Amino acid sequence: MHFNDGEVPIAYERYLASKRLVIIVTTLLMALAFMTALSLGAAQVPLSEVIKSLLGMEVSSRHQIIVNSIRMPQAVTAMVAGAGLALSGAVMQAILRNPLGSPFTLGISHAAAFGAALSVMILGGGTMSSTGAITITSPMLTTMAAFTCAVLAAGLIIAISRRSGATPEVMILSGVALAALCTAGTMFLQFFADDVQLAAMVFWTFGDTARASWPEITLLCAITGPAALYFLANAWRYNTIEAGEETALALGINTRRLRLVGMLLSSLVTAVIIAFLGIIGFIGLVVPHLMRRLIGGDHRFLLPASMMSGSLLLLGADTAARLILAPNVLPVSVLTAFLGAPVFLYLIIRGRSCC
Amino acid sequence: MLLSIDKLNFSYNSRPILSGITFSVRPGQLVAILGPNGAGKTTLLKCINTIHQAGEGTIFLDGNDVLSMGREHIARAMGYVSQKTEAPRLTVFDAVLLGRTPHMGWQVSRNDMKMVDAALHRLELQDLALRYLDELSGGELQKVAVARALVQEPRLLLLDEPTSSLDLKNQVAILSLLRQVVDGHGMAAVMSMHDLNTAFRFADTVIFLKNRCIHAVVPCCSVTATMVEEVYGLPVEIHHINSYPVVIPLDRTEEKSCPVQ
Repeated sequence: MHFNDGEVPIAYERYLASKRLVIIVTTLLMALAFMTALSLGAAQVPLSEVIKSLLGMEVSSRHQIIVNSIRMPQAVTAMVAGAGLALSGAVMQAILRNPLGSPFTLGISHAAAFGAALSVMILGGGTMSSTGAITITSPMLTTMAAFTCAVLAAGLIIAISRRSGATPEVMILSGVALAALCTAGTMFLQFFADDVQLAAMVFWTFGDTARASWPEITLLCAITGPAALYFLANAWRYNTIEAGEETALALGINTRRLRLVGMLLSSLVTAVIIAFLGIIGFIGLVVPHLMRRLIGGDHRFLLPASMMSGSLLLLGADTAARLILAPNVLPVSVLTAFLGAPVFLYLIIRGRSCC
Repeated sequence: MLLSIDKLNFSYNSRPILSGITFSVRPGQLVAILGPNGAGKTTLLKCINTIHQAGEGTIFLDGNDVLSMGREHIARAMGYVSQKTEAPRLTVFDAVLLGRTPHMGWQVSRNDMKMVDAALHRLELQDLALRYLDELSGGELQKVAVARALVQEPRLLLLDEPTSSLDLKNQVAILSLLRQVVDGHGMAAVMSMHDLNTAFRFADTVIFLKNRCIHAVVPCCSVTATMVEEVYGLPVEIHHINSYPVVIPLDRTEEKSCPVQ
């Protein structure tokens, strides 16, 4: 039977246009937030100066340094990390068919924290300055240890899943078990750590976008960028998974491969972000839910919208974290958790449609 | 033959579920698979679609060996409607559009969208096009699943209890549409069912499954009371109304009185 007598309904075209509009508005807001982030801080830089500096026009060297060397790396880090975390969260929720899919529920964050704690203990990586500030003496090694553990955790979950049929249940339960194991490991190390090491371990877990400089940002982009392209290219396939495992298989989708590759890439993206910046919670969990509520569960729109809003949210939170207790800077992870938890509870109370 | 199945076996954790299944389906045939709960009806449909991998036996579709075909190739040839329809936060239009996946490139084309619109009209779902699936009733969801399988443009449709959530009017509407789709379009459909009378009314042939095996393959008009009794273990009578067989169970223990006014 041929269904060749149909038309594309105008209402559907309008519906698609409204979704595109949400993505465009979020992108514009992100651009605005980016310029605001470069402008605001302990030393105010007028917005006009920021725009001139971005366009390569001549501005005072003081402003040039503040915008390009101090605030720009942090703002770009926040944008890339926010996009990567939200996108990975959205993909994890899709492939696991579980609203709780995020780097936290899968134990990736816990594994990274364990890796960092291990490096602080083994390398004696924490020192205390005369002002009482804690610094990590070997940030690169700590980062590498955190990354290695996060990737190992993701690899272990994938390996177990491959063995047991790559079902969402296996992935989530392995993640929960691994998170508990890593938390136990971290507590074990903390118990034997001296006060400086303990402070360094705790300090590392505060997610902070100021830790990354251009080489780290380049690496973040080099991993997040291609992964994002892969996710966006497979957006339609994630829709078939949402329609049910059997339906997806009957529509010709290799669900097992789609799940494993999606899991691998989303874990890699979150592992590299967490390793460089520390633990930044709730972006990966809350943003996809917020967007699902706003524009529905069609991944063709949900993924780019989550990416843009994650970027916007982390950049906004980061700017706010720099300003709230100025001249002291609050770690952005504290703020995202403060904002994220009530928003998540609100979404749950408002109705099941978000999940 | 459109579909030829020969000596198909399937086991789950070394427990045999299907054994020695052999039958074939011609283009234009609507086949109903009947049998008691646990007889293997759903498993058989899943084996044909290779959602479950058959242990032994062969499945040929249009002369091609299904067991060696790629998943996407199978999806272009066979549509499958599962017994349980999920309700993600997708609109009815998008959920039906999923059926075009095996024929799509990287993007949804306007032609895909036009086909969806036509299918929605055919199933009288056009007013629900922009409603989210999680706001629909069970019956509406079932119609969406059928619409999705239809826009897949398969040669063979496999439907697992396609009318289980539907009211009488929608049962007749869906099965009439399936009849229409199958008649004269070179297609065929195999559906598992529990409602014997509806199956006899719309199908050409019924396959009775019992204890993992095929008990009988008969044209609907040749079904006998003994056959039904043997499969379901319940005495029945078969009457013919307008030349359609109608099964009446004879177990009177639960019978209620129905006074004629």
